[in-house]
Formats: sequence, structure tokens, C-alpha cells
Amino acid sequence: TIVAYILRALQNYPLYIRSIPTENELKFHYTVHTSLDVVDEKISAMGKALVDQRELYLGLLYPTEDYKVYGYVTNSKVKFVMVVDSSNTALRDNEIRSMFRKLHNSYTDVMCNPFYNPGDCINSRAFDSMVTSMMMQVC
Amino acid sequence: MADSPLFQALHMEMAHALCADQEKGLGALEGVGFRVGQGLSERLTKEMPSFKDELDVVKFLCKDLWINVFKKQVDNLRTNHQGTYMLQDNQFLPLSRLSNGKQYLEEAPKFLAFTCGLVKGALSNLGFDSTVTAEVTAMPSSKFQVVIQKS
Repeated sequence: TIVAYILRALQNYPLYIRSIPTENELKFHYTVHTSLDVVDEKISAMGKALVDQRELYLGLLYPTEDYKVYGYVTNSKVKFVMVVDSSNTALRDNEIRSMFRKLHNSYTDVMCNPFYNPGDCINSRAFDSMVTSMMMQVC
Repeated sequence: MADSPLFQALHMEMAHALCADQEKGLGALEGVGFRVGQGLSERLTKEMPSFKDELDVVKFLCKDLWINVFKKQVDNLRTNHQGTYMLQDNQFLPLSRLSNGKQYLEEAPKFLAFTCGLVKGALSNLGFDSTVTAEVTAMPSSKFQVVIQKS
């Protein structure tokens, strides 16, 4: 199982939610919302850190019994959250990092699409297919 | 001297085309700049580490954004450390072909509106609401005043 969320800054409403398998979406809403507190903590801690520690990748936010939650925040304060099965031990940190990079790159492309209005939910087919292929590689 | 033939030519045509009606034209130009600022700031900050604070973001505007669009940095940045910033560009690219002093001064607003929107849009995407105004006393030097709203 794997779920990806993209949430907008400040207002913290989701721009994009995707999970494989799809039935599990609602179950993760609570997990993701509690993890946002951890994201905010890390962001404010980063404000006081040195230059090289100010990465966009936030790492493992917190592990629950069954799931691991990872976070990433862009300079435009858009938060990406990923929830993965704990049983998926094959998934290494740098694979998660590269998945967040792909999400960030595709999100940037969406931002530059003139038909996309910043703040709207993401409705791009190109984005969907990127996320699908990325998540399939992992499941 | 900084040069960007395509951008200058395009910007000039855009200013003329949208400013047939002066009143609405300036608003339209600023709107265009705003959306461009949003997308551009997203692309330029993609590879950069996280911004430390508001001043870091304004410095990004003065260096990376300005170089990307106008092929040079802002020449002078001043702030009162309470949310107001003054960005001064002594060889502002869109004005550089207009005149070297006071000639055509009344036409200057058309060539500043896009950039005001650009700055506003970039700041907005990076999390800051602001008002941006520009003034020109002698071309091609221009000053942009940015006031960032307290959240």
C-alpha cells in the first residue's frame, strides 16, 4: 500500500490525493493530518538551522505500527506526504527521496501550465500517469 | 551591459498591445506578471535549499529572479527591517532602450507594470502577500518598493 498527498501551504487543504490500492484513501486522512503537525515542527526548526541542513526533504515523520509517514516541503510551502506500509522494508530512504523529487518536478510543471490556476486541485493527466507509474514501481 | 533581446522585444510589444486602454492595460500587465512570477518562482526555487526568512526570499528576488529575467542583479537593496524593501535597478532592462533621462517619462508606467506583478506573484507563491509599486525619476534607473503584509 502506498498513499501520496499534496497539500497547500497555510490552509492545508489537499491539492492531490492518490493511493494504491484506491479503497484505502479515507483511512489515511487522519494519519496525514496528524503528520502535518510534525511537518510544521520540522519547518520551524529548519528556520534556525544552518544552510546545509535546510533541505526540502524532511525524512521519516513518524512511524506507526503499520505505516511509515514521510514528508517533503517545497520553497513555495507546498507539502508532500507519503504513507507507506511498514511491511515494505525494501523501500530505502533514497528511493523515497527520488519519489519526492519526481513529485516536485511534476508539481512544478503543473504550476507552469497556463490552464492551471494555483490553489486548485490538480487535474492533470500527465501528473496522474507520473504518479501511477511511480507508485506501481514500489508496490 | 545586460541584454536579453527576445524578452525586451516581447515585453515591449506586450506593453503596447495591452495598453491600448491605459487604465485597464496596467492592471492586465500586472496580472500577466503575477502569474509568470508564480510559475517562475516555483521553477527557480526547485533546486534551492529552504529559505531561512523573509529577507532570504527578497534576496532571492534581487539575485536569482532578477538575473533570470533581466540578466543582471538588482543594484541596491534597502529595508527598514519591518517588511518594507526598496529594490533599485540602475539599468532596468525594459527601460534601457527608451531614453537616458527624462524623455518619455510619462510612458514609463507601462514598462514597469509587468515587473511589479512579477515580484508580487513570486512573493505570493513563496508565501508572502505584498504590495509592489515602482517609480522612475530618470531612465533607465527605476526603484521598486515592496511592502510585505504582516500575517
